[in-house]
Amino acid sequence: MKLIKQLIALATLSFAVGGAMAQTEAPDVLVKRISQDVIDTAKADKEIQAGNQKRVMDLVESKILPHVDFERMTSLATGRFWRDATPEQKKQLQDEFRTLLVFTYSGALSQIKNETVEFKPLRADPADTEVEVRSQVNMSRGEPVPLNYRVEKTPQGWKIYDINVLGAWLVETYKGSFATEIGKSGIDGLIKTLSAKNKTLANRPLKSPVNK
Amino acid sequence: MSQSSVTSRFTPAARWRRAGLALAMAAALSGCATTGQSNPRDPLEGFNRAVFKFNDTLDQVALKPVATAYRNVLPSFVQTGISNFFGNLSDVWSAANNLLQGKGEAGMSDVTRVGLNSTFGLLGLLDIASEAGLQKHNEDFGQTLGYWGVKPGPYLMLPLLGPSTVRDTAALPVDSVGDPWHYKRPVDVRNIGSGVRLIDRRASLLDASNLLEDAALDRYEFVRDGYLQQRESRINDGESGPRNRKAKPAAPAADAPAGPVAPSEPPKPSAEAAPDAPVAPAAQIVAPVSSDSVVQELTEETPAAHHASL
Repeated sequence: MKLIKQLIALATLSFAVGGAMAQTEAPDVLVKRISQDVIDTAKADKEIQAGNQKRVMDLVESKILPHVDFERMTSLATGRFWRDATPEQKKQLQDEFRTLLVFTYSGALSQIKNETVEFKPLRADPADTEVEVRSQVNMSRGEPVPLNYRVEKTPQGWKIYDINVLGAWLVETYKGSFATEIGKSGIDGLIKTLSAKNKTLANRPLKSPVNK
Repeated sequence: MSQSSVTSRFTPAARWRRAGLALAMAAALSGCATTGQSNPRDPLEGFNRAVFKFNDTLDQVALKPVATAYRNVLPSFVQTGISNFFGNLSDVWSAANNLLQGKGEAGMSDVTRVGLNSTFGLLGLLDIASEAGLQKHNEDFGQTLGYWGVKPGPYLMLPLLGPSTVRDTAALPVDSVGDPWHYKRPVDVRNIGSGVRLIDRRASLLDASNLLEDAALDRYEFVRDGYLQQRESRINDGESGPRNRKAKPAAPAADAPAGPVAPSEPPKPSAEAAPDAPVAPAAQIVAPVSSDSVVQELTEETPAAHHASL
């Protein structure tokens, strides 16, 4: 729990710092810059390659989280139930969902080895406030993995609010599970499930022994 | 009465088929009954969950350990060779399906891929076509059907084969006819090859399946909701759907992330509506008893939700 609190504190801080600098960049340039930065850092960092969970989380917190709109992401995944949630529930839900995504993303990040990211030309009008940035990750084995982002224009610059991996949108994929949990035991039940999930993730090594 | 004489005329095989169907139906109905608000695209949830569990157990005790050993023991160039070899064979069928979908350019590119890789790529062991910039496509007959407008139908979890839909399952026999390895003789060489291909495929998914374990609240639902989207996206070749591109800027703005994925399909929007009416699936089952209740259901439900649950 302490770790999570620290994470949240850190995230709030980096939100404030990161938000200010990303004003004028085009959305695809921004996403490209972030992902290149993250990949380069992950590849260069021996600790991350070795599976140091805290290092990976720090990287995610500092480089990625400032550019993600978690409120929108959570509200979309919660769907129509979001309206009925109290402000306190909304906050808790958002925090737990964020922690879960950070864990998942960190897991993915620590697996980066020889992969490269290739961006496709942006098809959007300069006036658009919602665009889809499309890229693909070229894997060392197998087909390239499509990786797309939905990005929105906010007063704090462009923010990512949904990610598409292999053709499936993250929000849409969580939506079903969220609805089931809420149907079973309400918003509080969903918060509890998420937080239990996060606790088990926090208490185990980032890299399973499978990964060499 | 006359019914028994009718049944006795069926061959044993037909009777088995009927029994299997009845079993599937029963499982489906119990699935509806237990999970009050099932996904309208997954009416067979009870049955599917049972198969998912079966597959998962099999994977945990057999396939995953073998695939892990395969990945850790074999030199990576051997693994790449194996995966390229079977990838080259699958390009043949991809080419055919691209052509069946009228995608001439992609189809010809696949033909060139097979030509290059089978010759200069040493029978497909090297994927030099990818390095030359000819991207691999992944098409199957289910996608071809989808491309021509055949609806996917209910989600279906197949024993051993994993997630599918009714449409894609119906397409499987055609896929197996189109798979060149299907004709490899002698049969035991073919079977060993098929086993190796399966293990290689599982090995390439090890990282992803570990991630899935982390990310999912309920793995069954996560796999289902991800798979259905992925399938749809593959049919549209990664575009947000040629049929709905015009709606692209507006759709994400509305409070409906489902929009860009498949707005042309009625089941999607009703995913919202379904939890509103948890009684609906149960009512569906009872409906045939009295035609009145059918009419009532029709008027009470949103048209989309009704359509979806049919």
